[in-house]
Amino acid sequence: MPETSHQDQPTDGAPKDRAEWMGLLARAPERELEAAWQALASDLPEIGAGTYELLRGPEQGLVMVQGRAGGDGNAFNLGEMTVTRCAVRLADGTIGHGYVAGRAARHAELAAVFDGLLQTDRWAALVTDRVVLPVKTALGMAKAAKAAKTAATKVEFFTMVREQGVGPE
Amino acid sequence: MYVAVKGGEKAIDNAHALLAEERRGDTDVPELSLAQIKSQMGLAVDRVMGEGSLYDPDLGALAIKQAMGDLVEAVFLLRAYRTTLPRFAVSTPVDTAAMTIRRRISATFKDLPGGQVLGPTFDYTHRLLDFALAEDRTEGKESAQNTAEGDGAAMAGPMPRVTDLLGREGLVERETGSEAATATDTPAADLTREPLGFPAGRDLRLQNLARADEGFLLALGYSTQRGYGRTHPFAGEIRMGEVAVEIVPEELGFAIEIGDITVTECQMINQFAGSATEPPQFTRGYGLVFGRSERKSMSMALVDRSLRARELGEDIVAPAQDEEFVLYHSDNVEAQGFVQHLKLPHYVDFQSELVLVRALREEAEARRREAAE
Repeated sequence: MPETSHQDQPTDGAPKDRAEWMGLLARAPERELEAAWQALASDLPEIGAGTYELLRGPEQGLVMVQGRAGGDGNAFNLGEMTVTRCAVRLADGTIGHGYVAGRAARHAELAAVFDGLLQTDRWAALVTDRVVLPVKTALGMAKAAKAAKTAATKVEFFTMVREQGVGPE
Repeated sequence: MYVAVKGGEKAIDNAHALLAEERRGDTDVPELSLAQIKSQMGLAVDRVMGEGSLYDPDLGALAIKQAMGDLVEAVFLLRAYRTTLPRFAVSTPVDTAAMTIRRRISATFKDLPGGQVLGPTFDYTHRLLDFALAEDRTEGKESAQNTAEGDGAAMAGPMPRVTDLLGREGLVERETGSEAATATDTPAADLTREPLGFPAGRDLRLQNLARADEGFLLALGYSTQRGYGRTHPFAGEIRMGEVAVEIVPEELGFAIEIGDITVTECQMINQFAGSATEPPQFTRGYGLVFGRSERKSMSMALVDRSLRARELGEDIVAPAQDEEFVLYHSDNVEAQGFVQHLKLPHYVDFQSELVLVRALREEAEARRREAAE
């Protein structure tokens, strides 16, 4: 889990590995990814529909979510969730994968394309700056706003000390 | 037994058309959107996802709309839908200790690391109808906006489970498997793949309870409090918030997060006097459910603890301790199916019963006549 304090600093928050950027792309709102893709496509002649081909999907399926008895014991099956996955191949042969919660074909496709681009020396820095970091900042801000509202409901409970000899026991 | 009958197609078509009209209701009133159901009827959506055993708020909202707010019917729709999808992966178990907390309370410790956080709760409301909500507020965006903010950064700190705190002193039992969290994991039982079998392991029981009917669990949990299989529970901790779901796709070979889900977790702490092999210590009941569903997670934890009677050497004397009774009757899709199948044509069955009852009556009549003569 990325730490919140790092999410507040977009300038040096580049993902440390592929797993992190895939997690960010999965959580990004689809409309943000679409807008970023359109902007890249209009700015750069090399980016567009021909940048990649679909290898698999996008296709919908299920993930069985597990929990642990008592939170830290043996695993059990909590229930399923919907998921959409997609795999794409870039012109240079790089394979990109997208796995996103819900039924979201376009989201999974865009996540896969960006995952592919982020693996290439040519596009990694650009896609990090224009797609991943804005997403990371926005998610961090939303999380911080939620945390602040939640923190306002933090409470101190006081127990009444009962005098000796008073009360049922 | 019921048998297939022919005919009635036209009547069935018309009944469904009538249902559609009834679902839409007064056409002078704007139609409900799924976004409205999802954002303003969120607890209903959560319940349908939990008992439907399928986390997808959009589908939950659609099911509620289609079922006209009949949540058990909506649960049925989700269960039916899930059978149409392939399973891509089984997640690594969610880590509730790393939850992004939106509510976290303990009834056993008032000062616990991380603090008590009420979050959005019905507790402490007076349960008086709020007629302000009855007004049409097309421009009421601002009035619904809550501006109270606290120290959000403090929420990012560690929030150890209450059971971990007690566990350090050895006063509460440790969960089996908690020493070696991943190495010794055997695949968990899955009742969507294998039918229920008895005696049921705790993994199977917890899966069953997580998708069980909330009303059934609530009543059973209540029965344990009233004396039908006492377990002396304390709500050690209840927490609600978002946890990351992580999978390891075969083609990647490393773990990735596919998103977050909202869950509610309850740790019940129960008295236990000890046994031949165990010292006196607290025992545990566990509840974990999709969405915001505190009442259900608490009920689940009560029933989970009751169902551990056999394991803990307690006498099985109450319904909530009887795993066959609980697990076979907890699923509202199965239960409503069997109850409602009574509506299907049983004409042949009933005819034979009718013949039998008539024969018996004739016999009884004949005997009475003989006795009178």
